Amino acid sequence: MTANDRQAEAVVTPPVPPAAEQDRVETEGARADRPSALARVLDTGVGRNLGLVAVLVVLCVIGVSTADTFATTSNLLTILTSASIIGVITVGVTVVIIGGGIDLSVGKVMALASVWATTVATQSYGPAVMVFCALAVGAGCGLVNGVLIAYGRIVPFIVTLAMLISAQGLAERISGKRSQIVTDPTIAAIATTRVLGIPLLVYIFAAVVAVGWVLLNRTTFGRRTFAIGGNPEAARLAGLHVRRHTVLLYVISGLCAGIAAIMIASLTTTGSSTHGTLYELDAIAAVIIGGTLLTGGRGTLIGSILGVLVFTTITNLFILNNLATEVQNIAKGLIIVAAVLFQSRARRADT
Amino acid sequence: MAEPERSEVDPTVSDLPTPLLQMRGIVKEFPGVRALDGVDLDVAAGEVHCLLGQNGAGKSTLIKVLAGAHRPDSGEIRWAGSPIVFGSPHDADAAGIATIHQELDLVPGLSVAENIVLGHEPGRFGFSSPRSAENVARALLRRLGHPEIPPRRELGRLSAAGQQIVSMARALSRDARLIVMDEPSAVLDADEVDNLFRVVRELTADGVAVVYISHRLEEIRRIGDRVTVLKDGRTVARNLSAPQTPTSEVIRLMTGRAIEYVFPDRGPTPTGDVVLEVDGLSRRGEFADVSFTVRAGEVVGLAGLVGSGRSEILETVYGARRPTTGTVRARGKKLPGGSVPAAVRAGMGLAPEERKSQGLLMSEPVYRNVSLPALGRFARAGFLSGGAELAAAAEITAQLDVRPPDPTRPVRTLSGGNQQKVVLARWLLEECSILLLDEPTRGVDVGARSEIYALIRRLAARGVAVLLVSSEVPEVLGLADRVLVVREGRVVREAPATELDEGRVLDLVMEGRDREGSRL
Repeated sequence: MTANDRQAEAVVTPPVPPAAEQDRVETEGARADRPSALARVLDTGVGRNLGLVAVLVVLCVIGVSTADTFATTSNLLTILTSASIIGVITVGVTVVIIGGGIDLSVGKVMALASVWATTVATQSYGPAVMVFCALAVGAGCGLVNGVLIAYGRIVPFIVTLAMLISAQGLAERISGKRSQIVTDPTIAAIATTRVLGIPLLVYIFAAVVAVGWVLLNRTTFGRRTFAIGGNPEAARLAGLHVRRHTVLLYVISGLCAGIAAIMIASLTTTGSSTHGTLYELDAIAAVIIGGTLLTGGRGTLIGSILGVLVFTTITNLFILNNLATEVQNIAKGLIIVAAVLFQSRARRADT
Repeated sequence: MAEPERSEVDPTVSDLPTPLLQMRGIVKEFPGVRALDGVDLDVAAGEVHCLLGQNGAGKSTLIKVLAGAHRPDSGEIRWAGSPIVFGSPHDADAAGIATIHQELDLVPGLSVAENIVLGHEPGRFGFSSPRSAENVARALLRRLGHPEIPPRRELGRLSAAGQQIVSMARALSRDARLIVMDEPSAVLDADEVDNLFRVVRELTADGVAVVYISHRLEEIRRIGDRVTVLKDGRTVARNLSAPQTPTSEVIRLMTGRAIEYVFPDRGPTPTGDVVLEVDGLSRRGEFADVSFTVRAGEVVGLAGLVGSGRSEILETVYGARRPTTGTVRARGKKLPGGSVPAAVRAGMGLAPEERKSQGLLMSEPVYRNVSLPALGRFARAGFLSGGAELAAAAEITAQLDVRPPDPTRPVRTLSGGNQQKVVLARWLLEECSILLLDEPTRGVDVGARSEIYALIRRLAARGVAVLLVSSEVPEVLGLADRVLVVREGRVVREAPATELDEGRVLDLVMEGRDREGSRL
């Protein structure tokens, strides 16, 4: 090709490679990233959840075959009720983890909120103020967490660990390390009320999950949460208010802890600094087996909730069969490891 | 264009008598793709062997096979004449093959010396001897011409170039007989590249073989002895003479075409309104007193070395860094310093230098990457309507010819050039009027580059003001209407691109002086 020809070609045709060639390269590249059929199914939110649904089904089969009472309505409602409190907490923790953070303080923030809402002084103002107090304490703790993390630039692990410890301390201080009895009949009635045969606690749980799901999947807030968790620098350079958003994530988590505080105060009819011990770990474990990346940016709320149900069902099975709780924790540990192994296999096949 | 005949694309010059490394018919398959489909490579002791190929041609896979990270499905590797199997990175290491990866595989928290001897710590009975490690490190760094790097310094506190030197020292400490360098110059200045080449020459004089990979073809001519070209997982030419093979021939082999980058026509001098005014912008320790304007429809290029402050200027204009003094006005409105959201609201957009880590959500689909800044437009009271978003993103990516044309595909499955188009599509959708581009063609292969250039021009023709940073001087000169030359944090020259040539700009960025002696 002479120099003249080359110039002529440069002028006449846009300087792109022949389309067929480019397509070939691209489809080749695309095929490299096309995962195997199994991995593809597992990689979708539904697929990962299907795995957990399968685990749940297996657990139910074990339940039905080992305990006569497992498949009764009352037992299933027991499972759902005991899942409801940790479930509400898990919603908040899922949102934070997808957003690239971690919240270790949820259990003790719940304890603090339950204590604050059930002091004699608070109870004297009636149920509305009690609920308000619990939510405000939860959201307030979340706000402190979020501001320290986003504006103070301290690692979330440290901030929320410090919050866990100090919330515990404050709860003990306020309550004098005593359980505070819930005397308000309205609050006490939350746990005993049933609508259409289903406990009110389960409705609250379902409502929080529904709101959380819509927030994560159908709003700009949710989309930005995934973006910030997936690549905070890219999110910042795309003009997102990353810090403000991060604060809100922790406020949401705190708020969920506040809601859970009312639920547990009602269920146990006490506010106590001993509530919620190790709830943060249960919640994080549920999030992990639900397929959410601990590094943020990817995950599903439904997965987390299934994770909660799996753990609660295991507990229920052990109780029905009069097995020791120690063994139960070993089983949970194994499930976490198995779930993560399974997911990382699927993901590796994917890349 | 017809596929070139095989006989034509295999102009093997000669097989050397006893190559140090001989690879024949290497095949490596991954689920769904043949990354390597019969690769041949000969490397002789004491030569710089350049490995060329577009992104996706199989270079990285081949390097990983060499490093023992991937086991080939078939093919033969001979090392110093006898067949060898690299079952693990340890085998390759033991044979004397060291790889300096593009993403440096060093430990930022350890000291320079600790990194250099990592895995081979001198010492006895499991007790390491820091002093002898430091001595080893000091000797190697001196040999590499960098005695100023303190062996005790924490590695993470060195510059990218410094880390590269440490990585090389690490390879040397293993008595490597073959060193693979994957785009070593990507993070280096011209000065540092010179030094790198000096080191490479010393190594080859000692009989070490170097496999050198770079996108910069002019470097191949400067440092290379022989060239092997990969395309679509195959060797299309091997053992070409690096100094004698014409660049156009190399490009033709890589792409199947014979065009070097073609810069689009500039068109008439832009006379639009001034939309970006930067006045006395400074950031302590980075740059000082930078003032310039950009008109609508104009492309202004910032030329300068790595570390000259050009990227910092761009990021400060964008609000990603807070200026110490000075103001930025976008479309007449003064921006608060250090606020990206304010800059975006004022119509600015940035295509950052590190596309993967700063620009994109790699595992998210294309359309979500495109809609990120403009998300609010597709929502009512915060609730998204997915259809409108997807449709808008599909339209804009089709306009930019993003391939494959499927906006729901994860961004990480796209080639570098198409990923860059996704970043541009994002700001197009946001209808930004001031576009800041930091190294828009980094990691973009030869074919897609011209497309990106044409795209930038098209945007300018639509009235977008473009501020461009590039370390490749021809790119700045070919693309920009006006060029600002930055040196040590100051603008030393501002001139229409047509009044400058590559030599003058290089003089300016190195010496701060024009060849004619006019100093600003």
